Amino acid sequence: MFGKLSLSAIPYENPIIMGAVGGASLIALVILALITYYRKWPYLWHEWLTSLDHKKIGIMYIILALIMLLRGFSDAIMMRSQQALAAGASQGYLPPGHFDQVFGAHGSIMIVFMAMPFLAGLMNIVVPQQIGARDVAFPFMNAVSLWLTTAGALLVMVSLGVGEFSKAGWSGYAPLTERTYSPGTGVDYWIWAFQIAGIGSLMTGINFLVTVLKMRAPGMTLMRMPMFVWTTFFTNVLMIFAFPVLTVALALLTLDRYLGMHFFTNTLGGNMMMYVNLFWIWGHPEVYIVILPAFGIFSEVSATFSGKRLFGYRSLVFATAVIMILSFSVWLHHFFTMGAGPNVNAVFGITTMMIAIPTGVKIYNWLFTMYRGRVRFTTPMYWTLGFISTFVIGGMAGVLLSVPPADYVLHNSLFLIAHFHNMLIPGTLFGFLAGYAYWFPKAIGFRLNEEWGKRAFWAWFIGFYLAFMPLYVLGFMGMPRRLQHYANLAWHPLLIIAAGGTGVILLGILSQMIQLYVSIRERHANRDVTGDPWDGRTLEWATSSPSPVYNFAIIPVVEDLDAFTDMKEKGIAYQRAGSYHAIEMPKNSAKGLALGAFAFLFGFAMIWYIWWLAVLSALVMFCTVIARSSDDHVDYIIPASEVQEIEEQRYRELAFAAVNQSTEGQISPQPL
Amino acid sequence: MQRNLHVALLSLGLLCAAAFLGGCSSIVLFDPKGPIGDAERVIILVAIGLMLIVVIPVFVMVLLFSRKYRASNTKATYTPKWSYSAKIDLLIWAVPIAIVTCLGIIAWSQSHRLNPYSPITPGTEPLRIEAVSLDWKWLFIYPDHHIATVNELVFPAKIPLSFSITSDTVMTSFFIPQLGSQIYAMAGMRTRLHLLADEPGVYLGQNQQFSGPGFSYMNFDAIALPQEQFEAWVQKAKQSPNKLDLARYEGIAKPSIGYPATYFSSVIPGLFDHIIGKYVPTAANPNAMSVESDPGNAESRVSEDR
Repeated sequence: MFGKLSLSAIPYENPIIMGAVGGASLIALVILALITYYRKWPYLWHEWLTSLDHKKIGIMYIILALIMLLRGFSDAIMMRSQQALAAGASQGYLPPGHFDQVFGAHGSIMIVFMAMPFLAGLMNIVVPQQIGARDVAFPFMNAVSLWLTTAGALLVMVSLGVGEFSKAGWSGYAPLTERTYSPGTGVDYWIWAFQIAGIGSLMTGINFLVTVLKMRAPGMTLMRMPMFVWTTFFTNVLMIFAFPVLTVALALLTLDRYLGMHFFTNTLGGNMMMYVNLFWIWGHPEVYIVILPAFGIFSEVSATFSGKRLFGYRSLVFATAVIMILSFSVWLHHFFTMGAGPNVNAVFGITTMMIAIPTGVKIYNWLFTMYRGRVRFTTPMYWTLGFISTFVIGGMAGVLLSVPPADYVLHNSLFLIAHFHNMLIPGTLFGFLAGYAYWFPKAIGFRLNEEWGKRAFWAWFIGFYLAFMPLYVLGFMGMPRRLQHYANLAWHPLLIIAAGGTGVILLGILSQMIQLYVSIRERHANRDVTGDPWDGRTLEWATSSPSPVYNFAIIPVVEDLDAFTDMKEKGIAYQRAGSYHAIEMPKNSAKGLALGAFAFLFGFAMIWYIWWLAVLSALVMFCTVIARSSDDHVDYIIPASEVQEIEEQRYRELAFAAVNQSTEGQISPQPL
Repeated sequence: MQRNLHVALLSLGLLCAAAFLGGCSSIVLFDPKGPIGDAERVIILVAIGLMLIVVIPVFVMVLLFSRKYRASNTKATYTPKWSYSAKIDLLIWAVPIAIVTCLGIIAWSQSHRLNPYSPITPGTEPLRIEAVSLDWKWLFIYPDHHIATVNELVFPAKIPLSFSITSDTVMTSFFIPQLGSQIYAMAGMRTRLHLLADEPGVYLGQNQQFSGPGFSYMNFDAIALPQEQFEAWVQKAKQSPNKLDLARYEGIAKPSIGYPATYFSSVIPGLFDHIIGKYVPTAANPNAMSVESDPGNAESRVSEDR
């Protein structure tokens, strides 16, 4: 009836895991109780869970990303504290089986369940508004993507308390992940969580590629698209080409594990090298998938807060295109030490270092955007400057690793760990946090507290250096990655510094929590009445904050790269429309949520060999898709009068803000 | 902001430098004991030096621009529409291209020079060693001396070493940091590695690729002895009561942590090929298929094999 699942799957005997499970369950219960107490279920259901509004889907994505950031960061604290303790005679507090789950969960969560949802969330909120569209191309598919990603994340969370997570690292190298060497359910959790979320990501890629190509406002030619739109466009292309490879690699591994096939086994002609190749044919473009949009954010932020046009826009577009193409030609640099010949290694080494050229160009583009500008030091700008000055170190380490003979001694060491965290934390995470602070007023309607935002930045920035610079040195000291224990006491002091670094980063995360709390408390004072809190340059700032459900009552006509700056200069930015038309928008649908819920059940059933439940949930998913596809009444009409009412209200608020501004010199607090 | 950034960067830099210099002798990659490791150290330093040409201006410009063009400095030039300069564009493309060209040449030539499959000094007779990765220990077979060891690698200094490496478990990576290059060990396949120790000493050897719960303990002492002492050691090993036959091997191959360093006075002939053959076709095992791990190195394989 319950397959392999029994009560013994719950690790009662492990106080650390049970503490985490207890804490997480308690928080969840409190949230559910509060929702029930305040009778917010109908609100939650109608306004959020069933919503197809891209802006709300975006916010839900980012909430998911921030929750998973906390989980992934807890894993990081555990790893760093374990390595700070487990030197010589001490074994630390995590036995190998547990430590191995922690580093696997950390990597899987941070890439697939933190960076990817954060990216999808920012894309959802920003891209349609930047291109002057009312929605994405496929609003329902968008919700399906969200709920599939959530289902995957939920599987990872459930693995904490029911069974175990993979002990073979986030990259899951065969044959360690084969049944012979990993008979437990951990690898299956990893497979199905990746598989379900990966399909969600693929659909996001398709959705936004079509959105960008087909739904731009009149006048927005490709070369007038904001840089963030360009970078997400390239990211979507990468998603569409890369994710199917992951899907296939995991499917083959699944066949090995479930049906005893031999794609990647040691025996009967299986070939582990094929798995490693397939994984990195997805895995390498994947890092560009999460970093290119961050480059777009830095472009938007540096132009806005320098009060200046982006320097070398064409050059930047071209550089990003080059990165996109090259990102598919470098995967072999993840395994120079596999024994390929010098010609193969050298070619992949050279393609890898070629990526540094367009990336270097980008760095200088952002610098020359500041040159002869009027730089305002807001929180997003802090993240950008922190990124530029830190990212180059990681880039340098990356080019070093691309020289095969250097990689022969640095591969799989902590130097490698320092390198890719030096790309992904200042690159991706700082970028997304800059985007979070930058677009928060647009999405929510009020600005975040600057004071706490800057404190968070300094803690992250200093914490990053403390946590990762020692790892570079440890790499030169020959320390491999993923060590649960080590005898070499020379490594110990640096690992203690690194653990201290995670402590400083923790202060950064706490600052961000306080920032959110303080900002909500002071939301009336920080309210963004104009819709344009930063003197923005692109179309998303032309609407109110938060934007109405249809974004633009009248689709704008674009005449310049910095479309909104151009409108402001021509004095037509806030021009009233003569008349409004009715607008067609997608109705809410619970089917996206249902698909996610049953995908979760399907994954859970497959992991525990509960075949009847797997068949049943697959069947329900299939029928839900058929039902949705047969539904011809998926839109509703907002009448012209209602549009007019919403817009009139906005103009009244704008006029009020303008009066307050001219009499008091600043926007005064007013009740919501 | 700018002053804070200055102070933060400076103090972090000093901290790292202090940590770096404080334990210099323990920074093993900068204290290599053989020509391979030494060449790799030089490549690392040259590459870092070349890249600093692009990286240092970035630091300078971040500090300079963010200070000079701060919004409160109304005296600075402000050109809100200026967004392109062909000269700057040319420069920011040309300099990285030039540096990557240099690095590309280094990568190409050094990948060939330091190919782990190439013998170090062609013509000299190297010491042949067969390394087998097991859960979680290393077995070393000396085919020329018919002896074997577990978790201790003893070899003469100043004599090139020619390793054949395989795994009887998952994928691992054979690495002695102070001697240089690592290479993967994979079941059913043989990878090659050539190393040389310039001077006698005890160096740490380890598995560099995560391989399960015993991974952290999968290291060994790599002991380089003067030539005459090595010969004496071989004689000592030959006195050992332990003999490595198939049954004994199967016992060792069982997963275990902390297997003590052990010498074997004899080894059944062809044990290494037998371990590879477990996964490769024979008349007895026709379902297995041969897998070549090193297509690019076909030449060196042909020329060296018996």
